Amino acid sequence: MSTGVVTYVEAIRLALAEAMRQNDRVIVLGEDVGVGGGAFRATEGLHAEFGPDRVIDTPISEAAFTGAAVGMALDGMRPVVEFQFSDFLTSGMNAIVNTAAKMHFRHRLPVPLVIRAPAAGGFAGGPFHSQNPEAWFLRTPGLKVVVPATAEDASLLLGAAINDPNPVIFFEQKSLYTRVKGQFTYDDRATLAGAAIRRAGTDITVVTYGAAMHFALEAAGNLSGEGIDCEVIDLRVLAPLDFRTIAESVEKTARCVIVHEDYPNYGVGAEIAARLVQRHFFHLDAPVMRVGANFWPIPFSPPLEAATLPDTSRISDAVRATATF
Amino acid sequence: MDAGYWLHLARAVEEAGKRLYLQGRVPGSFYDGRGQEATAVGAALAMLAADVACPLIRDMAVHLVLGVTPAEMFRHYLGKAGGPMEGRDGNIHLGAFDRGTIPMISHLPEMLPVGMGVALARKRRGVESVAVGFCGDGASCGGVFHETLNLAAVWRAPLVVVVERNGYAYMTSEATYLPVAELSVRAAGYGMRAWSVDGNDVVEVHSAVSEAVEAARAGEGPGLVEVFTYRMHGHGAHDAQKYVPAPELEQWQSRDPLTRWRERAEHEIRWSPAQQAELERRVSREVAAAIEDALDAPYPDIDDLAQSVFA
Repeated sequence: MSTGVVTYVEAIRLALAEAMRQNDRVIVLGEDVGVGGGAFRATEGLHAEFGPDRVIDTPISEAAFTGAAVGMALDGMRPVVEFQFSDFLTSGMNAIVNTAAKMHFRHRLPVPLVIRAPAAGGFAGGPFHSQNPEAWFLRTPGLKVVVPATAEDASLLLGAAINDPNPVIFFEQKSLYTRVKGQFTYDDRATLAGAAIRRAGTDITVVTYGAAMHFALEAAGNLSGEGIDCEVIDLRVLAPLDFRTIAESVEKTARCVIVHEDYPNYGVGAEIAARLVQRHFFHLDAPVMRVGANFWPIPFSPPLEAATLPDTSRISDAVRATATF
Repeated sequence: MDAGYWLHLARAVEEAGKRLYLQGRVPGSFYDGRGQEATAVGAALAMLAADVACPLIRDMAVHLVLGVTPAEMFRHYLGKAGGPMEGRDGNIHLGAFDRGTIPMISHLPEMLPVGMGVALARKRRGVESVAVGFCGDGASCGGVFHETLNLAAVWRAPLVVVVERNGYAYMTSEATYLPVAELSVRAAGYGMRAWSVDGNDVVEVHSAVSEAVEAARAGEGPGLVEVFTYRMHGHGAHDAQKYVPAPELEQWQSRDPLTRWRERAEHEIRWSPAQQAELERRVSREVAAAIEDALDAPYPDIDDLAQSVFA
């Protein structure tokens, strides 16, 4: 179904509403999600449409309400938990990585739980409202991890996450909430699989996801003027990782830069670089490069934050260096 | 009579499990609930079929009462196929969701909100259900305990928290971590009802937990049942409990829950020595058969590991 062009956050709100209309076992819970409509307005209107039994305001008790959501999921409900900021996932960590993630492996019980976690910086949020904690979860077997970069994906992948029988961490990108627009897209049959090629090219593969994808696309546009033709891959789903799409592109281009807002240390870029070197060493004409945040906490003051997070110019430098290696 | 059977069966299963561990047959570690069986049995017998329990380390008897067979328990201890966790987890980390228990995680008391969530979800689809969550006095110091009591009270959730006052958190005695004489006073701070009972008397436990469960079932909100009991063994089979004063152990030995049950039975239903002997023979027979089954059972399929990560 489709209701036209919407912002990223509207896409999330519409996908939640659509999922709730289709399945009365879908509920939303978290801090301020009800009457208040959510800190980022992602649940606005849901309380009015579905009532307090399905759109539930919780106390500031992430451990308890995430644990309760795991229990609800065990009974077949489809709880969608909103963490106000992804930085706060630490307060519900046990329920996510120990109870939910390991339940199917330990006892063959599906846990159809979605954790919505607004991540990413770029708006002077400081050290506790700007982090990109996806790597904390990517090393936990049993969790799926999604980072939509477009409004279409925000709706399509949220619907898929809610319909998935496994615990899914859905990292929304705060910096994209009102900045990007796209077609609202909801499909019952959508699954959490597959990267997307956002720009086809022949000279170098740029692998990216989330908010950083927009900087990578901008860099690719600029570099085409210098005669560097980038192929830009948006991972969309980090776990399970669609490595095949990356490998097929790199077999063609022989060069790869991985770009994300998260730190490069021990992250998605490190994993992809390692796999490329292990499996595609003889296809590579240049070292695999990573671009990410500098490895210190995300500072508050705008010039300090700008010096921390990757931007179009840093991405361009890395791509240029790799393309001309 | 039922309570007597479960008390003796639980004691015998754990004694045999510990023996197998000391013989090197049970891998990893071994934990038992000796001295606390009346709490687990009394509470489990207060539950109905659609209720759900989150038993912890001292509550193995809950699994037996709710339908895990002794053979399954030994398969579980031994890491064999056919146990409720198929060798993915061991010792006292188990649950059989189809019979009303949720597999615990080691982080305490993280299972309290999970049980509450299951009961709430059942209630939403019209199935009356109460969660019975277990928790030691040690784990009651953790943040999730307090978060959950508050949330349960706010939601008027059908949750009964059984707090086992067994005196020790691993090697540390309660004087180190409890600033109040009775934990049940904390319930008032969350607007919850509370009960304080003798945890070594299966009848008292059963009656208090039944009251709390029925109140929760009737929509009166959560309850906290504090049971005074004692951990007769160390934290695990590896722990010789050298930190425990001998007189303390002796004093609690005289209040053993199996003896307490027998005294009650002799007094109230004229339980005879012949009946007692027959009960002990029956339990020994069942445990021996269960051990034989488990020792002969194969190990779980290794090829299946990667496939079972996701649903």
